[in-house]
Amino acid sequence: MSINMSKAVRLRKGLDIKLVGEADKVKADLEMPSVVALKPADFHGLVPKLILKEGQKIKRGEVVFYDKYNKDIKWVSPVAGSLQEIVRGAKRKILEVRIKVDGLEDVVSIDPVDPSNASRDEVKKIMLDNGLWPFIKQRPLDIIADPAVTPKAIFVSAFDSAPLAPDYDFILHGQDQDFQHGLNALAKLTDGKVHLTLNSKVPADKAFQNAKNVNINKIAGKHPAGNVGTQIHHIDPVDKGEYVFTVNPQDVVTIGKFFAEGKFDPTRIVAYTGSEAENRKYFRTVIGANISSIVEKNLSSENVRVISGNALTGTKIEKDGYLGFYDAQITVLPEGDEYKFFLTKGWLGPGLDKYSSHRLFPTWLLGKKKYRLDTNLNGEERGFVVTGEMEKVLPFDILPMQLIKAIMTKDIDAMEQLGIYEIAPEDFALCEYVCTSKIDIQEKVREGLDVIKEECM
Amino acid sequence: MKALKKVIHNLDPKFEKGGKWEKMYPLYETLSTFLFTPKHVTEKGAHIRDGVDLKRTMFMVVLALIPCLLFGIYNTGHWHYELLSHVDPEYSGYGSYLAGFGEKVAYGLIQVLPLVIVSYGAGLAVEFVFGFIKGHGLHEGFLVSGMLIPLTMPADVPLWMVAVATVFAVVIGKEVFGGTGMNILNVALTARAFLFFAYPTKMSGDKVWKSGTDEIAANFTANGDKLPDAYTGATALGDLQSFVGDSPTVAGKSLSGAASNSEMIESFGNAYDPIHAFIGMIPGSVGETSVLAALLGGAILLFTGVASWRIILSFFAGGFVFGLLMNAVGANAYMEIPAYYHLVIGGFAFGAVFMATDPVTASQTQYGKLWYGFLGGGLAILIRVLNPAYPEGVMLAILFMNVMAPLVDHYVVQLNISRRKKRFKTKTA
Repeated sequence: MSINMSKAVRLRKGLDIKLVGEADKVKADLEMPSVVALKPADFHGLVPKLILKEGQKIKRGEVVFYDKYNKDIKWVSPVAGSLQEIVRGAKRKILEVRIKVDGLEDVVSIDPVDPSNASRDEVKKIMLDNGLWPFIKQRPLDIIADPAVTPKAIFVSAFDSAPLAPDYDFILHGQDQDFQHGLNALAKLTDGKVHLTLNSKVPADKAFQNAKNVNINKIAGKHPAGNVGTQIHHIDPVDKGEYVFTVNPQDVVTIGKFFAEGKFDPTRIVAYTGSEAENRKYFRTVIGANISSIVEKNLSSENVRVISGNALTGTKIEKDGYLGFYDAQITVLPEGDEYKFFLTKGWLGPGLDKYSSHRLFPTWLLGKKKYRLDTNLNGEERGFVVTGEMEKVLPFDILPMQLIKAIMTKDIDAMEQLGIYEIAPEDFALCEYVCTSKIDIQEKVREGLDVIKEECM
Repeated sequence: MKALKKVIHNLDPKFEKGGKWEKMYPLYETLSTFLFTPKHVTEKGAHIRDGVDLKRTMFMVVLALIPCLLFGIYNTGHWHYELLSHVDPEYSGYGSYLAGFGEKVAYGLIQVLPLVIVSYGAGLAVEFVFGFIKGHGLHEGFLVSGMLIPLTMPADVPLWMVAVATVFAVVIGKEVFGGTGMNILNVALTARAFLFFAYPTKMSGDKVWKSGTDEIAANFTANGDKLPDAYTGATALGDLQSFVGDSPTVAGKSLSGAASNSEMIESFGNAYDPIHAFIGMIPGSVGETSVLAALLGGAILLFTGVASWRIILSFFAGGFVFGLLMNAVGANAYMEIPAYYHLVIGGFAFGAVFMATDPVTASQTQYGKLWYGFLGGGLAILIRVLNPAYPEGVMLAILFMNVMAPLVDHYVVQLNISRRKKRFKTKTA
C-alpha cells in the first residue's frame, strides 16, 4: 500500500483506564487570570535565554526568551503586562517566567498572511519569530522540532484517548477556518503529507471531517490510539535519519489564527476533570494561565493532586500553579499518601476500588464501572519479574521490555534496533501504569532519548 | 485496625535513617509493608498506577500451590500406611486409598510440614541477611520458592539437607546474581538439583518414595521378617527405566527377562492406571504426583493471568509430541509407552505449571515462550527415555531451558529487528 493513501488502522492492544470525572460538554469563559507563566520545563532540554528583565513592560506576542542552543526558536508572551518574576530552582535553573497580566490589547501585530501563497521559508520565519514554533514537536526524541530539518510528514491527531481526555471535537467546534489555515501553514513545512487521524469510533467534528490539504486516516482502538506516536508507527513510521513533526489540534488553531489575524491568540480551552474536581466543564482561558480561579473553588476534597494534563503523562502542579504549554486539561485526583491495611484496601484486598489490567483484580468483571483512583504507587519498586504485561498495552511492533532493558544498560545499538526513534515517553505511559514492579518507565524512555540525542543526533 | 496502624507507624521514625533501630529497618519494612501497603505516592511519570504488585502476584502462586501441598500431605501418609499394610496386620486394610484417612493425614502432616518450615526458615534467613546487607526488606520471590522446594522433595529427605539445599539455591542461584528478578536458574529447581547430585541416595532409587521405608524395613527385620523388595517400590518412571535394562520391574515385581515389549507395557498399565496417576495416587516427590492438583493450581494461575498459558500449553504439547516421536522410533518398551503416560507420571505437570512458568527464568518474549515451553517439554521426555542415569527429566530439562531462554529470546528479538528494518526497506522501494 502506498503511504499516500488514507489508512484505516485497527488496534488490538491498549487500555482505556476508566476514571470518574469527565468534564461536561459546556464551555465557560474564565476571567483573565492575574498572572500567567511560561515554564521551560514544559519543553524538554530547553535552556532559555531571557530577553527581558523583571519589571519590564511586555506586549502580547512580544518575545520573552529564546532557546540558548537554537536562537531562532522564540517564546512570546501570551498576554500584555509586565514581567513579574523569574522563579529559579537549583543551579539557578529557570522554573517559571511569570507575567503579570494587564490585558490583551497591547499587542504585536503583523499583516495577515495566507500561508497557501507563502513560501516555506516565509511560513517558517513567521512561525519562529512569533512564538508559534514551540507548538511543533518532532519525532524522533519528542522535543521541539528542529527548524533546520524538513520532515517527511506532519501528524495531527484529531482526538486524545488518555484518561478523561478533552474532547477535541467539542473544543474545535466552529473553528473550522482557523484550523484549516493552520493546516495550510503546516503543509508548507513538509514535502510529504500532513496526516490528520480521526477516531473511527465516533463521528468527528466538521472542522476535522472537512479539512482539506491533508491526508485523513482513521484509527480504532483503546488508548494510546489517540497518541500521535501510535498513529505515526502504523501510518508512516520514523526510521533513523527521518523526521516527523507533530502538533496538537488546538495549537493548529492558534497557528491558523496568527496567519489569519496577524496576532498571537493565546486562547486555550481547557477541560477541568478528575474525581476530586467539582463544576467540571471546559473553561476558556489563556496559555500558561494561573489555574487557581478554576481549581481552588472547585474541589470536593482537600488532599488532592492537581495535574496539568492527564493522569498518565501530565505534570504535577500546585493548586495555584500554571497551565502547561501543551496542555488542554487539568486533572484533580485524590492524593494516595496513606497506609492501606493489606486485607481491606491494601495488596491482598478485594480490590473493587482498583483499576487493574491484570486479572488478579476483579476489574475485568466489573464492565463499565468508573474508578476513583488515587496517586498511591500500590506497591513497592522491584526488579522486573512479570513479563508480557507491557506487550498487552503497547500497540507497537516494538518489544517494550527489551527496549527498556537496552536503555537501562545504555546499549545504543540495541536501542536503535529496537525502535527508540519511534517512541516518546507518553507512548510508554501505559506500560508504566501496568508495571507490577513499579518501575518509572517513562523516565527510562526519556533517559534513552537523551542518550540518543547526545550520541547519535 | 486504626489502632494497629497508629502503633506501627508511630515506630516509623525509629527505624528510619538516623533512628534508634535504623539497623533493623529491613525487618521492620518487611513486616510493616506486609500489613499495610505503604503510603508511597507516584513521584514521576504516570500519576496513577495499576493495583497490582509483586506481593499479590506471588501470593497467588503460593495459593495455587496449596492443592499440591494438601494432596502431597495425604499421598505421603497413604504410601506410608500402604507399605505398613503389607507387613503389619494391624493396618492390613490401609492399602485402599481412602482407608484410615485421619491417620494418613496426620502422618503426612508430620512428615511434610517440617520440610515446609525448614525450607522457609532457611531461605528467609538468607534473604534477610542479604536484605540487611543491601538495606532493603524481603523481596517476595522466595515466598514461592520456599513452598516449591519441599514439594519437589521425597518426604523422607533429611531436614538438614533441605536447609543446605535451600541456602545453596538462594545464595548461588539467586543472590549472587542480584536477587529477585535477576536469577538465571529457577531457585527451587536449583535446590532440588543440588540435592539430586550431592545426595543421590536420598533423592532417587526405590527406597525413598514411600515415607518411612527404612524404619519399617528395620522393624520387620527385627521380627525376623524381611520387608520384601516388592513392596518398597520405585516410581513409575523408575519402573519404566528398568524396561531398558536387564531386569524389567513393575511395582516391585520382576518381569521375566523374556517379556515382550507389549507385555511390559501391559503390566505397567495394570500397575499404573492412568486415571490414578492423573489424580496422583502414585508414589513420588511430595507435591509432584497429582496432575489434577497441579492443573487446579494451573487453572488459578491462568485465570488470574499470573502464569503464561503459552508456556504451560507448549510444555505439554512438547512432551506429547516428543512422546509420539519416541513411539514412532519404538526401539524398546519404554519408547513404546503411550505418549499421554508421560504427561501424567512424574513431575511433568507440576514442572509445566509451576517451574517452567517462572517469569524470571523463562523466555520473556511472547513467541519465545512458545519455543521455550515446547523445547522444555520435549527435552524432558528425551531425557527420561534416552538417558539411563536420570529417571526424571523434567528438572534437568527446565534448568537447561532456563539457560537457553535468553538465546531463544535473542532469536525472537532478531526477528523483530529484521521485520522492523524490512518495513522501511519496502517503503522506500
